[in-house]
Amino acid sequence: MWQFFHKLGSPKWFFGISARLMPWLLAGGILLLMAGIVWGLAFAPKDYLQGNSYRIIFIHVPTAFLAQSVYVMMAVAAVVTLVWRMKLADVFVKSVAPVGLVLTFLSLFTGAVWGKPTWGTWWVWDARLTSMLILLFLYGGVIALDRAINDEKSAARAVSVLVLVGVVNIPIIQYSVEWWNTLHQPSTFKLTEKPSMPAEMWVPLLLSVLGLYLLFGWLACLRMQTEILLREQRTRWVKDYVLAGRG
Amino acid sequence: MHPIRKKRLTIVLFLLVGLAIAVGLTTYALRQNINLFYDPTQISAGEAPVDVRIRAGGMVEEGSVLRDPDSLMVEFKVTDFNASVPVQYTGILPDLFAEGQGVVAMGRLDENGRFVADQVLAKHDENYMPPEVADALEKASKGQHKASGSAETVSY
Repeated sequence: MWQFFHKLGSPKWFFGISARLMPWLLAGGILLLMAGIVWGLAFAPKDYLQGNSYRIIFIHVPTAFLAQSVYVMMAVAAVVTLVWRMKLADVFVKSVAPVGLVLTFLSLFTGAVWGKPTWGTWWVWDARLTSMLILLFLYGGVIALDRAINDEKSAARAVSVLVLVGVVNIPIIQYSVEWWNTLHQPSTFKLTEKPSMPAEMWVPLLLSVLGLYLLFGWLACLRMQTEILLREQRTRWVKDYVLAGRG
Repeated sequence: MHPIRKKRLTIVLFLLVGLAIAVGLTTYALRQNINLFYDPTQISAGEAPVDVRIRAGGMVEEGSVLRDPDSLMVEFKVTDFNASVPVQYTGILPDLFAEGQGVVAMGRLDENGRFVADQVLAKHDENYMPPEVADALEKASKGQHKASGSAETVSY
């Protein structure tokens, strides 16, 4: 197990393995996401109360879900950076922060579009919406802090601490709808109970969540590869790789 | 594990636990400010301030909606099945507004315990179902009501 862990620390090893994984991630991601969205938007039954406007759930929930779990992944990578000083963990945090920012923005935006016809307002300062907005600022802060510090190692440490400080927001987002009175409804999916929607609604939702996960994996690999090439440009294997690519 | 790494891991864990406690205490202290609205029990218990802009939330009580035929004025009662608060509102209601649905109203509480709203938002729950299923459920529950109703008449 530890050997695998140490291998994971080698940028060259990761570069090779991710290159092999990426086509599968991309194909699987597109396939699942398309299936989920087409099924959800065109074939799933409409809701008895909200009619067709509830269909935005098939985009809103996957983006919101990913926005939070990307942050949790970043927090794990931040612990690895701080404790084991693994370069690849820092590369991960740096590469996925903008992706997380975009996902958080998308979930806020689709939520606002959904809120207008159902609640009657684009925005309300309830605990769920506000904590999600804080997540957006956290992602922005991580990106800004990373850009602000020139030295790679001190940037990695500062960013890791910020990411760890921000991780307390994740349970707040998750449980905000249960701890406080909010306009946002509680979660439809709970770990312990079956979802409070029929299978012809939650199966496409699950497909699009999984599809977005795979697509995120692909995007993360792609961005990490770029970052690795940039950081390791002086090493022998990168030179060989680039020269081989040139033919 | 390497002793230095172990030490770093302990520091990281302390940082996380400390932060969690700090944020937990802060949000606990601020819980009334974080709550988006007062529920009818709190309002009838006098916990909500009078003549200050607040929000009140709950279910629209069945059979309580009175529409003024000449204007957009609506009166209804908001309940949490424990206490209920009369609400007065002039304006256009959201599409999802209906008896038995959740709402959050923004406005002021007057001295008579009536809530004068200037904005009404609909709150929906986490349950989604196709219209046919909803119809079937409603029929089933009505059937039960009828059944129990007739049983009562028989016993009387």
